[in-house]
Order: sequence, then structure tokens, then C-alpha cells
Amino acid sequence: MEIKREDILHLADLSELSLSEAEITTLEKDLQGIINYISQIGELDTSKVEPTYQVFEMENVWRDDVIKEQDATREELLALTKEEKDNQVKVPKVL
Amino acid sequence: MKTANKKVTAERLVKDALEKAKHFADYNIFTFLDEEGALARAREIDARIAKGEKVGRLAGVPYALKDNFLSPRGETTAAAHILGGFVSPITATSVEKIEAEGAIMIGRVNMDAFAHGSSTENSYYGPTLNSHDRERVAGGSSGGSAVAVALDIVEFALGTDTGGSIRQPAAFNGIYGFKPTYGTVSRYGVVAMASSTDCISFMAQTPDDIDLLMSIASGQDPKDMTTLPDYYNDSKVKKVKKIGVVTDFDNDSIDIEIRKALKKKCELLKSKGYEIVELSMPSLKYALNAYYVIVPAEVASNLSRYDGIRYGFRSEKSEVLNDLYKHTRDEGFMPENKRRIMVGNFVLSSGFYDAYFLQAAKVRTLIVNEYAKAFEQCDFILMPISPNPPFKLGEKVDDPVAMYMEDMMSVSTNLAGIPGLAVPAGETTNGLPIGLQLVGPRRSDKSLIEFSKELN
Repeated sequence: MEIKREDILHLADLSELSLSEAEITTLEKDLQGIINYISQIGELDTSKVEPTYQVFEMENVWRDDVIKEQDATREELLALTKEEKDNQVKVPKVL
Repeated sequence: MKTANKKVTAERLVKDALEKAKHFADYNIFTFLDEEGALARAREIDARIAKGEKVGRLAGVPYALKDNFLSPRGETTAAAHILGGFVSPITATSVEKIEAEGAIMIGRVNMDAFAHGSSTENSYYGPTLNSHDRERVAGGSSGGSAVAVALDIVEFALGTDTGGSIRQPAAFNGIYGFKPTYGTVSRYGVVAMASSTDCISFMAQTPDDIDLLMSIASGQDPKDMTTLPDYYNDSKVKKVKKIGVVTDFDNDSIDIEIRKALKKKCELLKSKGYEIVELSMPSLKYALNAYYVIVPAEVASNLSRYDGIRYGFRSEKSEVLNDLYKHTRDEGFMPENKRRIMVGNFVLSSGFYDAYFLQAAKVRTLIVNEYAKAFEQCDFILMPISPNPPFKLGEKVDDPVAMYMEDMMSVSTNLAGIPGLAVPAGETTNGLPIGLQLVGPRRSDKSLIEFSKELN
């Protein structure tokens, strides 16, 4: 399929990326090449094949529903952010 | 593995490693050197040895840590700007286990940002140079780990292998590198790339060192629900008779010198009484296509957490929250990160999901089945790791598909969740290292490592 500028803008939006004009041009070319390449999987007949999403042979792994001691404290985690106020992470205005 | 004792102190071992690291500074291997911390820990071990206390199996052994392992020592950035300034409050399980045995991290090593790449050129810190030829790439994504071991700066390095990221740089630098059965080593505390194929393991100079490290690092971890119940140390070394070689790749796809090296090793095995079995595995050709659907999809999901809010770099351009996400991600990710996130969102988006993501998941089943069938005919498979020897710096960096093609031989084992060991297999006429991989069925890890000695 052909990748157009609008597709790049849509994908950038889905990906939460604010791309420059130069990046949009390069990505149009790069994604066209990559999508052409991955499209070759369509050559295989898989009509009778079930998908595999993971190769971990176990079923669900259960544990007791109790809160265990955590590796990092609230203070340590809050210290990682740029701005905090009243024990919470501060962000710019939403609207 | 040279461990510390009363005569050769841990301080001596660590000082030597740090000196070598500085001597080779222009290879751009380390993103962080922990001189003071490493020496302090070495002196602690020496003090314990002096008191006659029991020290671990890796007492005083210096090692290098790929920059995507969380540990409070230095910033964990995964060689990406978006994680700049992030010092982790937690430690990866694998790091905890080897350090409990006395290993000493002298520094963090370079990689392709978020492990996206096959050359270590996609790093925010610039490329690492190949140990054998400074005009060529180190391989990737664990390029720093491989060069640190190949130049004998450290005895071993930790790395991650999502599609070949341990084995290919090991091959490009002439050392051993192991990708275990999926779930053998805990992924807890490692920056996630593609959760269904990510594996943690080691690079070292000998199979015995790899075995020792695996015996320490493997095992079930309550913090990673995809770890298998302990099996590595209890596995019996199996009797090997038949080695498979895949016949579906021709001279056009694999470099002639790598094919010659494979042939030579097959002849060596024959002379030792092993039977060589030819295998036809037609789906393997599609492993790379399927990989570059499945992995970007998982990447898009795993990298959605980097938003500039809770940790790492935050763009200063924005006044509104949504712009903050977008600017932070645009400024903080490398071009290859962006390509993979966007391809991932493409293959997962409505209208394309069935043709791409679902189809790739079905191709994955074909690959799993093809390997299962192959292991009915042979014990292990010997095959190339990369289609070419180490390529020139800058040669493929602007052509993403050409770079992806370098992963052609390595990704299928990750899709199938089976182990693969990079084994040195001589050099090209230009003196560049060649590596081959031994591939085995699930949980044959210990036997595979043991059998690799037969290739010497």
C-alpha cells in the first residue's frame, strides 16, 4: 500500500509525536520501505493456522492477594519527577 | 573466571579493568564509569577475604552492564535522551543475583537506544567501534557489552537479546554470547522492548563462563511472572548425535565466507563422529518480516510510558499537557525509536490489524512448528547469526530495511522462544570475526552451552 503524508500525520498522532517537517518527509520514505517489506508475510497461506502471541508455556501464574513490600518508596518515586506538589506529580495545564 | 583471592585482590582486578576502560576510551564503549563505587565494593570484598569469610563465585570479577538494566549505580538511560537523568531506585533481579556472588560493575555500556538496532549506531551517545576494525560497527544492540568483553576490559557483560542483540554483536567481536530459552532469566528491572521476545543473558570469552553465569542468574522470580520454574541447574547434559543445517538460505542471502565457516565447522563435527542432517525450513525466510510486525507492535505499547511526566527528560517547549507529551517524545526518542513506534501503531490500527499483526502471529506459529519438527530430526542446529560480517560505520544507518536485513538469521529463535548460543568461528580474509549460532529446543540451554565446546 502507498504511504501518504496524511498517514504519517495520523500515525504521529497515535504515537504522541510532534514531528518536524523534515522528519515527516523522511518518515514517509522510511515507512513506505518498511511496510513494503513486512507486507511479504501476506504471501504465506495461514488460513488454517492459529496465531501465537507468546512462547511462554505456562498458564496463569497465581499469587496470594496480599500487598508485598515494594522495591521503591513513594518518596523515591516522586523524587524522579521534574515537579511535585503536595505529594503529587505536577503537570502543565490540561486544556 | 579470575576471582579475587588473598594474592590477587579485587581492588587489583577492578583497577586493571578501569585502566583498560580508559585506555580504550575512543571506542566509545562506556556511557558511565563507576570508579569510586567499584573500588569501594572491591575493597569490601578484599576485607572479607582477609577475614577468611566466604565470598561468592564471582568475587571481585569486574563486569559491564548494558545501559537498559535498572540499578541505582549511574543513570539508566537505555542510551536514549528521553531517559536522561533517570537514576533508578530499584535493581534488576539479574544484577542483584550476580552482585550477590561478588561481581563488580565497573560501568554501564553503550547500545542502540532502547535496543532498537543492529549496530549501536542508534545510540544517543554515538556509535561504539568494532573491537577488530575501528571503521566498522560493533553490532547491536548490545554493542558496548560485546566490545568491552572482546577487548578484555571485563570478563563478562550483561546484555539483552530481543532479536539477536546479544548473539550478533558477540559474532561481530569474536566472543560467546547466549540467548536463553524465553523465561529462563528474570526480566524484572530491565527496560522492556518487546515483552514476548526479550531475553536477558551474558557475553563472555568461554562456554564455561557463560554456564557459570547462567547457573547464577537463571531461575523463577516472583517479580517476573514469565519466568519458568527453575530448570537450568537441574538439567542433564544430553547425548548429542545429530546436528542440523538449514538449506533454505543460498549464496545471495548469506556471505560466502560465513557459509565457508559453517561448512568447516560441519566437517569438524563429522570428523568427531556427529551426523549432519540437512533441514528444509521454508517459513524461516518470513521470520524477519513477521518479527518487524510483532516487535514494533510491542515496542509501540512498551514505549508509550515515556511521556516526560514521571521520570527522565521533559521538553521545555510546551505549556499544555498534550503538547508536553508530544514534544518530549519527539525530542527524546532517536529516529529508529520513532520509526518502530509508528510502524507498531500502523500494524495495530484498525483496518490493518488482520493483514499485519494477526498474520504475523500466525507466521510465528509456523516458525514455532517448523523448529519443533526440525528438532525431531536433529539435536541442535548450527547456523549463521548474521548474513554479513561487521559492516562499515554509516553504511546502513540511513536505510532501515537494509539494517533490518542484518537480523535475518537471528530473529526466528526469539519468535520461537528457543535458545541460541553465538560461538566464534574464525575470521574472514580481512581479519573480521565470524560467529555461528547453535540453536536448540526449549530448555536445552545447558546442553547447548556444553556442546559448543565440540566446535573448538
